[in-house]
Amino acid sequence: MVVELGHYALILAMLLAAAQAFFGLAGPAYARPRWMAAASSAACGQFVFVALAVATMIHAFVTDDFSVRYVAENSNSALPLFYRITALWGAHEGSMLLWILVLALWTVAVVARVRYLPQPFGARVLGVLGLLSCGFLLFTLTTSSPFARLFPVPPDGNSLNPLLQDPAFAVHPPVLYTGYVGFSVSFAFACAAMIEGRRDSLWARWMRPWTVMAWACLACGIALGSWWAYYELGWGGFWSWDPVENASFMPWLVGTGLIHSLIVTEKRGLFKSWTLLLALAAFSLSLLGTFLVRSGVLTSVHSFAADPSRGVFILAFLLLVIGGALTLYTFRAPTMQSSAGFELLSRESFLLFNNILLVIAAAVVLAGTLAPQVAQTFNLGTLSVGPPYFNPSFFVPTLPLLALLALGIHSRWRRGGLSAARRVLTLTFIAAVALALVAAFAIYGHPLVLTPVGATLGLWIILSSLVDPIDRLRRRLSLSPSVLGMTVAHIGLGVFVLGITFVQSNSIERDVALKPGQAAQVGDYLFRYEGVRRISGPNFDASRATIVVTRQGAPVTTLYPEKRQYWVQDAVQTKAAIAGAVHRDLLATLGDDVGGGAWSLRLQYRPMVRLIWLGGLIMALGGIIAVIGRRQRGPIPAWAAQTGAGSTGAGAGPAGGPVPAGGVARTATAAPLAAPRRDLA
Amino acid sequence: MTPTRRRRLVWVIGILAGVGLASALALRAFQQNVTFYFDPSKIAAGEVKPGEAFRLGGLVQKGSLVRTPGTLQVRFVVTDFRHSVSVRYDKVLPDLFREGAGVVAHGRLNAQGVFIADDVLAKHDSNYMPPPVARSLEQAAASGAPGAASAVAAVAGGAR
Repeated sequence: MVVELGHYALILAMLLAAAQAFFGLAGPAYARPRWMAAASSAACGQFVFVALAVATMIHAFVTDDFSVRYVAENSNSALPLFYRITALWGAHEGSMLLWILVLALWTVAVVARVRYLPQPFGARVLGVLGLLSCGFLLFTLTTSSPFARLFPVPPDGNSLNPLLQDPAFAVHPPVLYTGYVGFSVSFAFACAAMIEGRRDSLWARWMRPWTVMAWACLACGIALGSWWAYYELGWGGFWSWDPVENASFMPWLVGTGLIHSLIVTEKRGLFKSWTLLLALAAFSLSLLGTFLVRSGVLTSVHSFAADPSRGVFILAFLLLVIGGALTLYTFRAPTMQSSAGFELLSRESFLLFNNILLVIAAAVVLAGTLAPQVAQTFNLGTLSVGPPYFNPSFFVPTLPLLALLALGIHSRWRRGGLSAARRVLTLTFIAAVALALVAAFAIYGHPLVLTPVGATLGLWIILSSLVDPIDRLRRRLSLSPSVLGMTVAHIGLGVFVLGITFVQSNSIERDVALKPGQAAQVGDYLFRYEGVRRISGPNFDASRATIVVTRQGAPVTTLYPEKRQYWVQDAVQTKAAIAGAVHRDLLATLGDDVGGGAWSLRLQYRPMVRLIWLGGLIMALGGIIAVIGRRQRGPIPAWAAQTGAGSTGAGAGPAGGPVPAGGVARTATAAPLAAPRRDLA
Repeated sequence: MTPTRRRRLVWVIGILAGVGLASALALRAFQQNVTFYFDPSKIAAGEVKPGEAFRLGGLVQKGSLVRTPGTLQVRFVVTDFRHSVSVRYDKVLPDLFREGAGVVAHGRLNAQGVFIADDVLAKHDSNYMPPPVARSLEQAAASGAPGAASAVAAVAGGAR
């Protein structure tokens, strides 16, 4: 009964989303303040019912209601309570429910801030978000309802895929989706700006914190996913250019371009149409990712059951959303010309280079991701595109991107010439080269060609980012949150680059067959295999090996890799043993009993691997600092008081509340709001 | 031409050159670095160039797995029920490698026609059949190869 209530709640949520779309878009068009206010209420209602639907599913999981097909397929009475809850997003239907919940959360967040926007603009943003919610709710209800019952009721469930029984899996999908779906807010702001045909660039100012927040969440989600793959799959890989990984990485690359171009649009009123295009592209790539993951079009470890009808629905939705947005763009973008000029080595130029290179990087990834499918369609043979393509191709745009970063942060708006910063740039560059050479040759040895290059770029980014903040602190000047956030994010990028460089250059991996008492040398470390014994876990049996690691005779650690046999799914899974430290990870993965008393083992030494995820998290932290700092500082701007008055209160009271004069709203829609502060240069 | 226009022209040319260069490099990378997939029948038909690295897919023939005790050396046979290929591998096998299940291996054929694998790909779902393998098996079943039809049915049944 409870689950049926959830189903009913989800249908109501869809109707409310439709109402939100209608009132949000029609309200400003007909200049009806009450309709615009109704969009906010509908959005809140939608969130409540979506949350209710999710709660009923969680209830079904917690109470082991195996008459619900989705619960029977993804849970089991032996599953620990924690994983019974996270099993909600263990497969397709629940993932869609999570997607919808996250979209509803973002929508409610917009409602909470809508009073800071002119009422028509805010209503339109909510209207576009309502359309998106409506589409996804319709998709879930028609093709992938998680509420379907199963008869006869099985005595127990099929359990959750053992790979997903992991704490990181509890966090990774929600955070990743928060980022992924967050670009829908940028998309909605871009659409609202285009619908209004705004000539100013205030929309960029409004869009920026949302975009940065979504971008930070996506960075966090990708880093978590990479970390999860690293220790859970147990083979030492942190990124394999799998289509689903690419699907989350492409929006991130374009999103990174977007947050940089938004700065130019906000500060200088330039690149307006380009910024809009990026906002559309970032969300379109998120949608494309969903299509790729959920339609079963692409071969991937992440694609679960494939269903063509789902693919067709998402493809149609994708074409509708992207097509609609691009049509709007074709009509509106030409009216958003900007005339300000800038010189070749100005900050505008460097941000433009940043954008071009990031878009090329995203295009490289997109081409590699879609190529197998295209080859299949045109009968060019079955091919696979993997790291041999992605790794070198990805360097082509990213190396110049990293090299230009230090120059870019020390450039000035409008005027070219880096003469003022020449001394700082030269000094930091020399320091970076010196440190990189020491690290590459003296500390690690056996460098590849790119080792000193990567190390130099990483260090240069970190050192040159630190110059300005340190200088300001020394002179006791204040450091604005956005500058602090930018600095932190750039340092995160530098840390990430250093991590990638040393992992790729200096990792050692050995596959060996060892008998008890035998040892294998991996770099400086000696791994001695002591033997295997049987153990039992809560829902699995396992073989556990004991491996003692020493370095020049001194004990370092003891590793216990496992090979687990889960009871329910008859699945075998290796559980790698990882001894992590800041400067290196040691991994041991247990293979099979190869006869003669020996077991096969994979032993690995991975220097600096933690810096990869640490760098990602620092980048995300930078974004969050910039957003939160900005919010606390920002007073309600003058224009909000003009047009936004009563935007949430209108229509609430029996007397109708303080409805703003119709004339205000009408002029606001007929002619775009004149910005009191035209250019914020 | 006004200075503004000239500057813009330089910009446009620069951007076009950059994009052109990037696409040229990407295309080159494509040609050199994509890996083709072949099943045993295609290998028997001589579609593979000698010395070329490729992906081999099919089912691990039941009873074909042979280990050299105490070492990593394994041999097994990959089949699509029409033809089969011997495979040699000397690294740790992935979790879901088992006889009768689908497998994709990366490597090259040696002079004796034995496939020397440098990577055997792990698949993370026991019911999961790599789509190219599934297609190969369907083709084999359509051409009446014994065993292929039941393997396809087993896969279809296993796919929930």
